[in-house]
Amino acid sequence: MSPKARTAIRMTTPDPGTAGATALAPWDYAPAPESLKVAIAPEHQLFIGGDWVKPASKAWFDTANPADETVLSRVAEAGERDVDRAVGAARKALKSWRKTAPLERGKLLFRVARRIQERSRELAVLETMDGGKPIKESRDVDLPLVAAHFFHHAGWADKLRYATGGDESRPVGVCAQVIPWNFPLLMAAWKIAPALACGNTVVLKPAETTSLTALRLAEIFQECDCPPGVVNIITGAGETGRMLVEHTGVDKVAFTGSTSVGKRIAAACAGTGKRLTMELGGKGPHIVFADAPIDQAIEGVVRGIWFNQGHVCCAGSRLFLEESIADEFIARLRERMQQIRVGDPLDKNTDLGAINSAAQLATIRRYCEAGVREGAECFVSGGPLPKKGFWHAPTLFTGVQPSHTVARDEIFGPVLSVLTFRTPAEAASRANDTPYGLSAGVWTSKASKAYEMARQLNAGVVWLNCFNEFDPASPFGGVKESGFGREGGKQGLLAYLRVGGKGER
Amino acid sequence: MSARAGSSSEPRTEVIKTWKLFISGAYPRGESGKTMPLCNAKGELVAHLCAASRKDLREAVEAARGAQGAWARATPYMRGQVVYRLAEMLESRREELVEACRVAGGVGRREASRSVADALDSLVSMAGWSDKASMILGSQNPVAGPFYNFTSVEPAGVVAIVGSGSMECVCAAIGAAMAMGNAVVVVATPEIALPCLILAEACACSDVPGGVVNVLTAEPAELASSLAGVIASHRDIRVVHAWLPCDGAAAAGEASAPSGAPAASAAPIATTLQAGTAENLKRVHIHQSGADADSLRTPAFLSQMIELKTVWMPRAV
Repeated sequence: MSPKARTAIRMTTPDPGTAGATALAPWDYAPAPESLKVAIAPEHQLFIGGDWVKPASKAWFDTANPADETVLSRVAEAGERDVDRAVGAARKALKSWRKTAPLERGKLLFRVARRIQERSRELAVLETMDGGKPIKESRDVDLPLVAAHFFHHAGWADKLRYATGGDESRPVGVCAQVIPWNFPLLMAAWKIAPALACGNTVVLKPAETTSLTALRLAEIFQECDCPPGVVNIITGAGETGRMLVEHTGVDKVAFTGSTSVGKRIAAACAGTGKRLTMELGGKGPHIVFADAPIDQAIEGVVRGIWFNQGHVCCAGSRLFLEESIADEFIARLRERMQQIRVGDPLDKNTDLGAINSAAQLATIRRYCEAGVREGAECFVSGGPLPKKGFWHAPTLFTGVQPSHTVARDEIFGPVLSVLTFRTPAEAASRANDTPYGLSAGVWTSKASKAYEMARQLNAGVVWLNCFNEFDPASPFGGVKESGFGREGGKQGLLAYLRVGGKGER
Repeated sequence: MSARAGSSSEPRTEVIKTWKLFISGAYPRGESGKTMPLCNAKGELVAHLCAASRKDLREAVEAARGAQGAWARATPYMRGQVVYRLAEMLESRREELVEACRVAGGVGRREASRSVADALDSLVSMAGWSDKASMILGSQNPVAGPFYNFTSVEPAGVVAIVGSGSMECVCAAIGAAMAMGNAVVVVATPEIALPCLILAEACACSDVPGGVVNVLTAEPAELASSLAGVIASHRDIRVVHAWLPCDGAAAAGEASAPSGAPAASAAPIATTLQAGTAENLKRVHIHQSGADADSLRTPAFLSQMIELKTVWMPRAV
């Protein structure tokens, strides 16, 4: 297993002495709630042209804590005129921002990275309250990565010619960026940092269930004296997103979200000359060979599917076990599942937090029902779930056939489907039998086998003997229907630059 | 071509060729049996071309898909040599290529000459990229943890190249796609059909494995109304590059948003390709014909012929 200090997910490991024992004694933890209280304004306006503005649409919606369904604040819902105003502000700001000395652009991003680090506990608590993810993940994974993304891209601003292999480049222009609710602030960082480093201006729309941390990021941009209009953040639901990506003043659309919405956006942008990058869904295969280090592979599988409630586009949601170890592995995985603590996301001992919304919970339940109906065997771990809020226990489907819905569709929840294989070639071909191609994982002690599997798997990211590792220096993105374009590393910059030739529209 | 030979005073009846399609290393006539006349600027018949149908296109894609795996597994050094060999084979047919460009493309001799020189030089340049693009486009990534992390370059698969206008751009694209380990389906409109078919002949008598390069010639109307839709929807095509006549509005991707009605010829094909590929999210790159071929010999262009794969491996045990 990867002893990576910064983004490690700390989970209790079963005592090897008791592994295999029929029942573990129940062990109650004392609550360990995060102590920081975060003030949340009762109302959040739109951030346009460096100012907070009331929505011309006069529309508002509530954002709630999915762990207890209490309303945290009301948030502006941007309409046609608001979108227009935000795009106009971004276009106006582009004129001088694209000409700003690259190092000066970089310095602004360095400043932002620092302020994020300084306010990281506040942002982590807010992220957990608004989105439902466990505090130990928002604190130890999301926020460090958010700061790292700004820090990494800050340093790129004056070195772009080296990223392009020596060719001259220029910014794309006004970027419409629409992001999902699973990593709200991290996705905002992934989108905003490279765009600004490359001299673009942005209009970002966070998902409607998780607007608050993006708006607090807007505050940080204000604190750091970001020129007005370089970053605009407008809130709203799908309709606001549609108006934004279809706006004629937009030069580039960067979308992270579901494949079905991604396809609609690509269709809407056809023939407009807008540049696109798409980071969409996945149904990641997680392959465990008989020669794998089994203890570590089990931790890897847990990290692959029960990280962030399984609300992860690159989750390892299809577990492929070599037939000879399948029974033993499943038994030990079930035991390990019982150690996953589900509950109050603000409790520092919680492993699995709240499902992000009632709608997503209904989707996950529908998939689980389909799994049972189609004949897979369902195992659900753990005890009673909290009465209020949206919760789903870790769930494991065995006896899954490749044609089953739970083996084909992205569930985006804490649900793992187990399949088996006999040879490496069979593992690769079954793993690739999906329209998606975002991530894949392989566990084996043989390095040559690991690298050969990495070659054969159709995926943008392959984790060998690890899973769900992220870093701003490491390009992330998919192939096939998981989208196109990369985020992170020098390759991610190309999505925000027009390089060299005048050829392509 | 239509060289008006005849040293004697007797007028000679020319042997006018019907150029066939090039699929899987063979020269089939079009499935539909349809042909189209190719005339020069004066309206004189130069040759007949086969008009490819949807079925021809599907067969070419199948051939390309079948050939791509082995081609991708060939070493970059080998692929580079094969592309260079193609340039060697074409160099000796340069006069013929110039004549083909001039006659069918309706351009002057000088322009045709430049175009062919550009095309051949692009092939040579791309041959050299085969074992270097990965060094520029790939990377070893210094992540903040105990991992080996690298991003490597892989072929995209089958690349469709839709060409009208710029023979040199189409040639550069073929060379780039081949160098990166892809198989190619070229769909050429009549004005660049002859040079593309001469290239196909050079493929057949050099070391290009059958199916790695396939060349179809198509009527522009058929391309717009039918073939473009198949190119967009066929799931074995992973990348589409189209060189289309310039339409002022969307030109050069200037910062201002595209507006107004694009030119009738280009816009429908571009829109058909982009709208059709929205459903399967394949990569589409629309270029203006007449773009500078030199600008294609760059990492940025090669990056449109590949997929990136990032691999993490712990280096602590």
